[in-house]
Amino acid sequence: MKQKYLFNIMFIGLTMIFTTTAFSEEYVIDQHNKSFQLGGKKIEAITIKAGDTIRFKNEDPFFHNIFSLSDLKTFDLGSFPKGQSKTVTFDKAGLAEVECAIHPEMYMEVSVQ
Amino acid sequence: MDIKSPFNKFGQKVLLALCLSLIGTSVLATDLSHYLRPSEIPQPDNNRMTPERIELGKMLFFDPRLSGSNWISCATCHNPGLGWSDGLPTAIGHGQKILRRSTPTILNTAYQPLQLWDGRARSLEKQALGPIEDEGEMAQRLHKSEDRSHGLIDELNALKGYRDAFETAYPGEGITKKTIAKALSSFERTIVSTDAPFDRWIKGDKKAMSKSALRGFTLFEGKANCAKCHSNFNFTDNGFHNIGLEDATDAGRYAIRKVKILIGAFKTPTLRDIALTAPYMHNGAYTTLEEVIEHYNVGGISKENISPNIKKLNLSNSEKSDLVVFLKSLTGKPSPITYPMLPVE
Ligand SMILES: [Cu+2]
Repeated sequence: MKQKYLFNIMFIGLTMIFTTTAFSEEYVIDQHNKSFQLGGKKIEAITIKAGDTIRFKNEDPFFHNIFSLSDLKTFDLGSFPKGQSKTVTFDKAGLAEVECAIHPEMYMEVSVQ
Repeated sequence: MDIKSPFNKFGQKVLLALCLSLIGTSVLATDLSHYLRPSEIPQPDNNRMTPERIELGKMLFFDPRLSGSNWISCATCHNPGLGWSDGLPTAIGHGQKILRRSTPTILNTAYQPLQLWDGRARSLEKQALGPIEDEGEMAQRLHKSEDRSHGLIDELNALKGYRDAFETAYPGEGITKKTIAKALSSFERTIVSTDAPFDRWIKGDKKAMSKSALRGFTLFEGKANCAKCHSNFNFTDNGFHNIGLEDATDAGRYAIRKVKILIGAFKTPTLRDIALTAPYMHNGAYTTLEEVIEHYNVGGISKENISPNIKKLNLSNSEKSDLVVFLKSLTGKPSPITYPMLPVE
């Protein structure tokens, strides 16, 4: 009986760890009509939590090349065609400016809390 | 509902045909509407175009006293008679020095979010003073300096004609770096393309384009892959691409943004009035449009860091000539320009 009680506590503990992990979310941001879009709407800024991931997905019939040279997060996803996507996880709090190298009109700020 | 009845089947077929034809028309209409001229010339809120500002900008644009040598004006390189460029492979600057990039036309720069081959200026206002102060280009000082007793602002202030023109255009703002840049930009925004055969055709004049030009347009949007980058009314995506020219010395956009894809990448130029602006490419590598088409047909010369949009096209000779005919249909009849009288006192 005592063992079962211990097991239950362990189980609850593990569940808590898993749910905390599950709290980090994935946002899909489309590159469409040479703009960043979330759920079909153009966005210029997004607020996420530390540990969250953004999936950058190309929905245009030409290449995009998403990058950031911000102190918070430096990355270069390279160029990829329509239908493909790549992810970036933002693990620290701060502000990152994200741009398309090919089309500098495409610009957005990721504020990580 | 009994879908087995012959009438229903017939009805479905009619409906389907109707739908298909409707889709066909709407696809055509939406596909081409992005080529229509925007209803207004874009202009910033803090520098709306007025006749006085445009006229002042025009005087400054044609005035060689804007350069350190008092011999080179903006119009020396941006010559209205040569498609607002200079007809040279690359520009010639102060002291007859040959520069490394070609003079871009200023036609339709009003529609461009970023200026210059590497896009380092975010507006016409931010671009305007660049060439004036650049040692290689116009080698001017705005203020007096160790090597000059007078700067440009002193020189303009000494002329009543300019003092008055600035006061009328920008009341109370004086002759400053800012007002010079604003006036020049106001004039440059008036330099826009006129209707070319292609525009008349888009608006419904079916005779405006030859059969060859129409075949060229289909290739432009399809097999030849041109519209991937040369898109919309101004035939540019306002983007940056390495198109595989033999030119290893110029980093292009990479100097502004350190991202690998931008090594050797330059801004997609407009194709408006293209027949008037030879030689072509950022380094003036090609003299004719035929050479340009051949460059893309072979998929570029240098493959180093070349854009993934560039690939071998396998165009036939007649397809190549159709493309050239189409490109020429983007050239209108430029509006004539009257040379302004410049203040002498
Ligand atoms: Cu892009």
